[in-house]
Amino acid sequence: MTRTLAILARNPLSAFGIVLVALVVLGAAFADVIAPFPEHRGAVVDFLNFNKAPEWPYIFGTDLVGRDLFSRILYAYRISLLLAVVVLAVAVPIGVVTGLIAGHFGGWTEAILMRITDIFLSIPPLVLAMSMMGLLEPTLVNGMLAVTAMWWPWYTRLVYNLTRVEKEEGYVLAAEVIGASRVHIIFREILPNCIPAILTKMTLDVGFVILIASSLSFLGLGVQPPTPDLGSMVAEGAKYLPDSWWLTVFPGLAILVVVFGFNLLGDALREILGVDQ
Amino acid sequence: MTIPTLLIRDLGLTFRTYTGSVDVLHGISLHINKGERVALVGESGSGKSVTARLVIGLLQNSRRTRVSGLLRFEGRDLGTLSAAERHALRGTRMSMIFQDPTSSLNPVYTIGAQFHEVLRRGAPEIGEKTAMERAAQLLAEVFINDPARVLASYPFQLSGGMNQRVMIAMALANEPSLLIADEPGTALDVTVQAQTLKLMREMVDRHGTSVLFISHNLGVVREFADRVYVIYKGRIVEHGGTADLFAAPRHPYTQALLRAVPRVTGGGIPDIEEATDCFFEPMIVHEGCGEPGDQA
Amino acid sequence: MQSVVRLILKRLGISLVVLVGVSMLIFAIARVIPGDPARIALGPNATVEQVEALRQRLHLDEPLVIQYGHFLADLARGDLGISLYTNRPVTADIAQFLPATLELIFLSAVLMIVIGLPLGVLSARYRDTWIDSTVRVVSILGVSAPSFVWAVILMLLFSYFIPIFPIAGRISTNFVIPDVTGFLLLDTLLAGNLAAFGSALSHIVLPAFALALSGIGQAARLTRSNMVETYDKPYIEMARSYGFPERRIAWRYAFRPSLIPSLTIIGLDVAAMLGNAFLVEAVFAWPGLSRYGVAVILRKDLNAIVGTVLIISAMFLIANLIVDLLIAFINPRIRLSQRAA
Repeated sequence: MTRTLAILARNPLSAFGIVLVALVVLGAAFADVIAPFPEHRGAVVDFLNFNKAPEWPYIFGTDLVGRDLFSRILYAYRISLLLAVVVLAVAVPIGVVTGLIAGHFGGWTEAILMRITDIFLSIPPLVLAMSMMGLLEPTLVNGMLAVTAMWWPWYTRLVYNLTRVEKEEGYVLAAEVIGASRVHIIFREILPNCIPAILTKMTLDVGFVILIASSLSFLGLGVQPPTPDLGSMVAEGAKYLPDSWWLTVFPGLAILVVVFGFNLLGDALREILGVDQ
Repeated sequence: MTIPTLLIRDLGLTFRTYTGSVDVLHGISLHINKGERVALVGESGSGKSVTARLVIGLLQNSRRTRVSGLLRFEGRDLGTLSAAERHALRGTRMSMIFQDPTSSLNPVYTIGAQFHEVLRRGAPEIGEKTAMERAAQLLAEVFINDPARVLASYPFQLSGGMNQRVMIAMALANEPSLLIADEPGTALDVTVQAQTLKLMREMVDRHGTSVLFISHNLGVVREFADRVYVIYKGRIVEHGGTADLFAAPRHPYTQALLRAVPRVTGGGIPDIEEATDCFFEPMIVHEGCGEPGDQA
Repeated sequence: MQSVVRLILKRLGISLVVLVGVSMLIFAIARVIPGDPARIALGPNATVEQVEALRQRLHLDEPLVIQYGHFLADLARGDLGISLYTNRPVTADIAQFLPATLELIFLSAVLMIVIGLPLGVLSARYRDTWIDSTVRVVSILGVSAPSFVWAVILMLLFSYFIPIFPIAGRISTNFVIPDVTGFLLLDTLLAGNLAAFGSALSHIVLPAFALALSGIGQAARLTRSNMVETYDKPYIEMARSYGFPERRIAWRYAFRPSLIPSLTIIGLDVAAMLGNAFLVEAVFAWPGLSRYGVAVILRKDLNAIVGTVLIISAMFLIANLIVDLLIAFINPRIRLSQRAA
């Protein structure tokens, strides 16, 4: 514990990352309480106050139908974080198990699994997600599906490499000699050693999933209005540059803040857990 | 009496870590005369390696070290020199060879390229062709039969023994007065190590170089050194001529070292029993030894 | 030399297999979605007969495997079908739009390497100083925002508030340049029109930067961490013991060994730009393949989607192959063991 604190003290940036992430998560969780105009997350119009530059009480300004940008951003954070959690909750187990199996069993299993992984990895990530989204209805669930589909191979690759290295380690051979079952070896011996790397990657990935998701919705392939979403807000606002600059700048910065925070957090975690690059 | 090549007096070293200060050296003194081969012997963690690095000047840069005491090289107080002057000595008047020859050489540059860099320290304007010729000469001196091939090779293509010869040749390329050898050949197997030491002896005899030989391996020290200092937990505990010290070790720690079970491979660190109080007894100096300026 | 050739052939073979897999994947996805592609293409006002005719032409009623067979047969002839969006052969569309994207990516890659790598070296050399911290913050920031956010910010700053650069397009419409390579920067030079070259250059600067920022951040951080690891290696200590100048150690002695592990990831980044170019092209109205790709995806233009994805994946694989070759070339251990093999 003292070591963790020492690392954080040495690296004020890491502590800053934790603060950012905390702010975003709390903001999203308590949006109902914090947001000055919680009803603005839906299909509300207020033409008296539309397209206002930032001023009290609309601290980030209002959009083209008069909705408070700050409130919408808080609710958009909710959607983004939810998306990231769901995607990772599905993709990581799939990827990890695939990697463990491929790495441990070798032979044909390995060859087939890794070739499939390679196929998914050889399409640039965004392209794959976009293609899928373009062919499905643009909804939140489909968005999650598409991103999950492109995400699991990275964990497979990570765990596969680690498994291959760990396979030669003494404790694996010892377990085999004792006669431990394959399943036991994989899940009780090898997997725990992969956890630090997996955890670090997951933390960093929260940011990246949000990045990819916002890119998808920027192109119109994500959630549809009136659901608030950071990427589509930027896309909407881009038409009104440079005059209504707040329409793009604040959602854009919001993306930057959350991804930045998770990146710093992931970095700090990497150092604390002692993971190699 | 000529000026000793190296004179160390009450050298102290403290590391500042996040948890506090750690004293590594508690005021050690040693000297090396011209052409002498002096060994500094101890277990790992005794402070012998940091002493070597302090002499060559590698540790002082760090912000977390505090150094005290006197370091005098060829009569010049190293503490009073400017950074540039200090820097100028490295690779020219004093040089160092390390434990593992293959990993001490840069893996992505040829031996020849690295030799060129080394020779440039002694002669900044030296051209590539001249450098290669000189390097070939130096390699021939260490009994490398095919210098041209070696110069064109990368370290991973050569054997450990070959790389060790290369290191020795490089270290002596600019005719330094002091060669610091940090556990040379420990990474090699025993026979190659023995050959290396024989080679080193010949080379330093020929060039008249003084040697500070850091080691934990007493057998090797016995073959190579004229005088021996034994170091324990940052203090010199015994100091004497090689023959005297091995014949009649007087300090409890030295005796323990000599009693330690020898390893078959010869590269291992001796097993000493847990520290006992008698290891902290004051320093013993054999006849005929002693630091310049001490009372007899 | 022949072992290098063997290496290339082996990699090409694997890439081909992977590409076939990709094509199957995309093909399957494209054909299996709900909705009738023919009806979508012709619009709600088309008659049943017209839809049926189109379905026949597109082989949509035949078994999936047969459809894939048609697709492969056409592919062998270099025919990727007709785009329902542009009503042209997909190959023609690709030929028109690909060079613009390639030019953009190429410039971004150059920026990434020329700015990112030195930043990493500086960061490692002046480790734990303000230089290091600044580069670290800038790098993470660069990586933390999607390219379109950077595109918007750069556009706001340097096209509107400080009007240095133009807002959209590849070149000022005043200029008419003969289309030789499709790369405007080259074509303008070939035509000897320096004013046009200047215009093309000023149009490409902001998009290239927006695309490159994330890669610059990544390259800088990667280089830094590799260099820091290298600095701990024994051969650096030995170099210092010889008194090699610190600057020389940083830029020659430590840099080259650090580069090797970075190359793979840098290559992946450059290849990933192929995907990210979408976002920048959208903001800057850059007439590239990515923008075309978005358009056809939104219109469910099956042929064009498959064709575009296939081309992009092929380029991705080629980029990876080039990177691997580069690594084999630079890393003496690989280069020489190949020769010995």
